[in-house]
Amino acid sequence: MKGFLLLSVLKMLMVFTVIMVGVALLTLMERKVSAWMQNRRGPNRVGPAGLLQPAADGLKNILKEETSPALAHRWLFLLAPAFSFIPALLLFAVIPFGAPLPVDFDFTLGPLGRFVHQGSMPMVVADLPIGFLFVLAISSMGVYGIALAGWSSNSKYALLGGLRASAQMVSYEVAMGLSLIPVLLMSGSVSLSAIVRDQQMGLWYVLPLFLSFFIFLISGFAETNRLPFDMPEAESELIAGYHTEYSAMKFSFFFIAEYANVVTVCAMVTTLFFGGWDIPFTHWDEAGGVWQSIATAGFFFVKVMFWIFFVMWIRWTLPRFRYDQLMALGWKVLMPLALAYIMVVCVAIYVIRRILGITDPIYEGLVLFGLSVVVAFLVFGILDSGTFIKGSARQRSTLNARARRAPVTS
Amino acid sequence: MAIGVKVLKRPEHQVSYVRATLKGMALTFKHMFEKKVTMQYPEEKSTGSEHGMGQWSISQRWRGTHRMLTDEQGRSKCVACGLCPQICPANCIKLVPGEDERGDRYPLIYEIDEFRCVFCGYCQEVCPEEAIHVGVHYENSEYSRDRFVYDLERLSSQTHTVSTLWDPTDPKGE
Repeated sequence: MKGFLLLSVLKMLMVFTVIMVGVALLTLMERKVSAWMQNRRGPNRVGPAGLLQPAADGLKNILKEETSPALAHRWLFLLAPAFSFIPALLLFAVIPFGAPLPVDFDFTLGPLGRFVHQGSMPMVVADLPIGFLFVLAISSMGVYGIALAGWSSNSKYALLGGLRASAQMVSYEVAMGLSLIPVLLMSGSVSLSAIVRDQQMGLWYVLPLFLSFFIFLISGFAETNRLPFDMPEAESELIAGYHTEYSAMKFSFFFIAEYANVVTVCAMVTTLFFGGWDIPFTHWDEAGGVWQSIATAGFFFVKVMFWIFFVMWIRWTLPRFRYDQLMALGWKVLMPLALAYIMVVCVAIYVIRRILGITDPIYEGLVLFGLSVVVAFLVFGILDSGTFIKGSARQRSTLNARARRAPVTS
Repeated sequence: MAIGVKVLKRPEHQVSYVRATLKGMALTFKHMFEKKVTMQYPEEKSTGSEHGMGQWSISQRWRGTHRMLTDEQGRSKCVACGLCPQICPANCIKLVPGEDERGDRYPLIYEIDEFRCVFCGYCQEVCPEEAIHVGVHYENSEYSRDRFVYDLERLSSQTHTVSTLWDPTDPKGE
């Protein structure tokens, strides 16, 4: 028992350190990527190639004055950064980031007693059997921090930002949750470790469940308030949105929370659709061992970094949505699509497993992959045309028609 | 409709948001490997085209920090005629004329307040002796305000190239 506790504490420390340092470096990466995409060089003054820039930023933020608006709700104003920060970090507790590591030790440490651990240690802080539900539950808590920050600031911009954020996050929560049901149908388990194991035996879920992946990715962007869905911050409209009134380290915490959310969403995409820590085309990594653990953790890191880069890539490519377009996309497109896809996958899995009697997960995956090619063609080739990009001409003509039909009341 | 808004017809049915996004992403990705346009200013800078430093050079017509030219004996060419303080629109030139033993006029005090100057270059244009010039030079930061009033000695000791002002007969500067 004590051995387990010791290992858990060590894992917690490790994950926490990696995330915090990683988040600091991500701010630099974001600035570098944005600079490169705009033919600039990015920060390169502090340290070699600007690597110490996050340290300089952090130092500056600690030394800055903490302002507090006179009419703000003092305690909620103080608590809001923590509320947005904690869920982002909590989520990482359930994400498996490597192959189980064999750990054997048995030693006594003075008054603390005897520490024993034998067998393999799962490379995840808490290997919850309901990891998946935990993710959905905690990720919806992030909205509290933002809504409270917006409300407690007692400022119109912050309030509007908070309102937008809460509406947006609640809306996309639905599409996000629904898009993950096919994953559960495939794996038959809500434990993230089991989902990863299932992908190792069959195909990575991105192939058989491409549409789920697509919807999850878009919802993930919306959940983390990143462009093209960064309405809550929308500089040109709301100054800085919900953190307008924040300064110094409190502001910094919102920043950290945003990047921690990005890391978590990318880790979720990797775990659920890209095989987690799985190394493709080999079964060597499933055997378990020290080298396997290191290699798979490295592979997981590479995958997550790719998705983080992807998030930044999107940010510096796409312009911001209009708010009604955002809501329309969430409720009128993504949610019905996710619901319909659940039905399609249900039927497909029933047919494959019960009627055709295919039990090999690879063949099952291939059949579903064929299906997802058809679905992708339907969605991106036919449904997408003229649906997401809509000129104002059509809206205007319907408005005109309505105006003509309405009786003149004057 | 009361307000006439011109609405452009778009080919909505041939347009796909996902395809457009992918196209945009390809563009931004391509830009990541293009040549960077940033000039690393303090390390690489332009000090006029004839030096050939930096990626770009400021124009030879640039009107920057003033410079007083001197004759072979090291005395300033200025004859204290008073035309430059007369024409200066910002009133930044202070000139007190003096006369030497041969009866030649020379400036006892000649000061230019670089803060007040609008760098129009009229002083150079109007000068009959081609003494005062504006120069191809832009780095003149100082630690105190009074250091921005350049006296005659400081104006004479500047070494940067002088501006070739706009020539009406050669408007493109060829």
